[in-house]
Amino acid sequence: MHHPGTNNKVYKKINDNFEWSSENFKKISEIIKKYPSNRIQSAVIPLLDLAQRQNNGWLSKNSMEKVAETLSMSYIRVLEVATFYSMFNLEPIGKNFVQICRTTPCWLRGSDKLSKVAQEVCETNIGETSNDEIFTVVEVECLGACCNAPMVQINDDYYEDLDEESFKKILQDLKDNKSIKVGSQIGRKSSQPERKFDA
Amino acid sequence: MLKEKDKIFKNLYGFEDWKLEGAKKRGIWSNTKELIKMGSEKIVEEIKNSQLRGRGGAGFPAGLKWSFMPKDSGKDHYLVVNADESEPGTCKDREIMRNDPHLLLEGCLVAAFAMHAHTCYIYIRGEYYSESSNLQKAIDEAYANNLIGKNACGTGWDLDIYLHRGAGAYICGEETALLESLEGKKGQPRLKPPFPAGAGLYGCPTTVTNVETVAVSPTILRRGSKWFADLGSANNTGTKIFSISGHVNNPCNVEEEMGIPLKELIEKHAGGVIGGWENLLAVIPGGASVPLLPKSICDTVKMDFDSLKEVQSGLGTAAVIVMNKSTDIVEAIARLSHFYKHESCGQCTPCREGTGWMYRMMEKMVHGNVEHQDIDKILDVTKQIEGHTICALGDAAAWPIQGLFRHFRPEIEKRIQERNRRVA
Repeated sequence: MHHPGTNNKVYKKINDNFEWSSENFKKISEIIKKYPSNRIQSAVIPLLDLAQRQNNGWLSKNSMEKVAETLSMSYIRVLEVATFYSMFNLEPIGKNFVQICRTTPCWLRGSDKLSKVAQEVCETNIGETSNDEIFTVVEVECLGACCNAPMVQINDDYYEDLDEESFKKILQDLKDNKSIKVGSQIGRKSSQPERKFDA
Repeated sequence: MLKEKDKIFKNLYGFEDWKLEGAKKRGIWSNTKELIKMGSEKIVEEIKNSQLRGRGGAGFPAGLKWSFMPKDSGKDHYLVVNADESEPGTCKDREIMRNDPHLLLEGCLVAAFAMHAHTCYIYIRGEYYSESSNLQKAIDEAYANNLIGKNACGTGWDLDIYLHRGAGAYICGEETALLESLEGKKGQPRLKPPFPAGAGLYGCPTTVTNVETVAVSPTILRRGSKWFADLGSANNTGTKIFSISGHVNNPCNVEEEMGIPLKELIEKHAGGVIGGWENLLAVIPGGASVPLLPKSICDTVKMDFDSLKEVQSGLGTAAVIVMNKSTDIVEAIARLSHFYKHESCGQCTPCREGTGWMYRMMEKMVHGNVEHQDIDKILDVTKQIEGHTICALGDAAAWPIQGLFRHFRPEIEKRIQERNRRVA
C-alpha cells in the first residue's frame, strides 16, 4: 500500500529552493530552547515538521538539507529520521491529506466503506493524489480515536463517528471549498457514552 | 460501580472548562505545595502503598519504578511522560490531555519532585494535534501563574515542562525508543540494561511513565493511599479508564473501578453488545497486543491485571475491543498483524522478518488458502519471535495470533476444508 510517508525515496524536483520563512525562523529559536544547548539534535522532529508545513505538506531534499544545516547535523541523520517516521511525506501531496484509519477497531465499524467513498468522491486510488491535486487519500494504522470509530484525519484535524453519508459530505464540502465541522459528526462530546446508533 | 465521588477524572468528556480556571474549580492545583512538602521519600512511599500499577500497558508497580531513581547522581534527572498513545483500541490519554490537561501537569510536578527531576518532557504522538495545542496552552497558563517554572507553586522546586511532538511511530511508545526519538534519532529501542533510571535521556537518570499514571498521582496523595488501595482488590487497586470500542452500542471511554466484570462494563457503560450479549463472539480486553477472549470467558472474567493473566490474556491499556458474531475473526487478527508489520522498527531480525511473514500467512488464512500443517508452523514461528527481540513489539505481534488459534482454531480448519472442497 503506497503512502507518501512510508516512501524511502527522496523525490527529485528541480529548481527547488528552501529557506526558512522569517516567522518559522523565530519559532526555531523557541523550539531549540527546549533542549540542552549541547543536544539540539533533539529538535530534528519538530524542525522537520516545521519544514513540512512550510513546504506544502512534504519534505524536499533541500528542506531536509536546511534542517541538517540549522541543527549542525549531517544530512544522512536527518534523512534517516524523515524516512523512519510515517508523518514525514517524501513526495508532494494534495491540498487535503485524507488519512483513513484501517486498524481493527475502525474496521469493525466500517472503515472499508469509508475507503470506497473516498475513492469515489476524490476520484483517486488509495495511496494516490487526485488529478486536480485537491486530495491525497491514504489508509493508515491506528490514529488513537478508537471510541469514535470509524474516523479519518484530514490534514491536522480528526473527523470522528463517521458513516458513508457524513464522510461523503465532508469530502464534497472540501471539494466545494466550504467549511467543515471538526470532531464528532454525530454531535457527541469527546467520547461520552451516549450515542445514537442503529445497525 | 464506581461512585461519582471516587472519580479522579472529573472532566473526562470535556463538559467543563479544561483551562486553568475550570481545573481549579475541580480542585487541581489547590494544595500542591502541601503535597510537595511531604518530601520525595514520603511521596514515593504513598504511591507504593496505593499499589498503583503503571497504566501504560505493562502494569509495573509505579511506586517501585519511581524509587529506582538515584538520589544524588550528580547528573540532571529527567521525567519523561509517555503520551505516545498508539496501541490500537486505546484513546484514554487523549481525553486526559485535551479535557483535563492541568491534572497531568500537576502530576508532572509531583512526580518530577519525587524523582529529583527539574526537567519534564511530555512526548505526545504527532497525530494528536488539537490535544497538543490544548496541552501547550495549559503549560503556558501554568507558567504564567507560577505553578511550574522557577519555584513552582512556591515550593522552592524548579520544574520546566516541555511538550515534544512525535511523528507517527508506534514503536516510540516503547520507553527506550521514545528516548531515542527524543534525542533526535530513529525510534529504535535500546538494549536493557542499562535501564533508563541509570542511563536514560542524554545518558542521565530518567523515568518514563504513562500519562494516566502521572495524572492520578496527585489525587492519590490528596486522598491518601488507603483510599486508592481500597478500590478494586489487592495488587489491582484503584480506578482505571477503560476505552470500549468495536461492536457495542455506545463506544466510550469510562473511568471505573479496577476489577469490574467485563460484562458489567460493556452493558452498563457501552450500551451492550450490538445484537445483545448472546451475539458476542470475542473481546480483546487490553489493546491489540493481548490475546483475545471468547464469549465463554467474557461471561465471567474481571477486568484487572491478575484476573486477565489467569485466562492467558492481559489488562494491557484496558482498551476493550468488542467483536460480535458478524465479525470475520481471522481478518480482525490479520489486520492487527498488518499493523505490527507496518510498525516494526526493523532492528531485530525475528520481528522485522517475522511480522511480515505472519501477516502474509494470516492473509492467506482468511481465505483458508493454507494447508493444515501451516497452523502449527505459524504457531511455531510466533514462539520463535516471542522473547527473542530487544523490545516487546515482537511479543505483541505474536500474542494476538496465539490467542486466535487457542480459541478459534476450528474456524480456520473449517476454512481450509471449505477451500479444499472448492478446489477439488
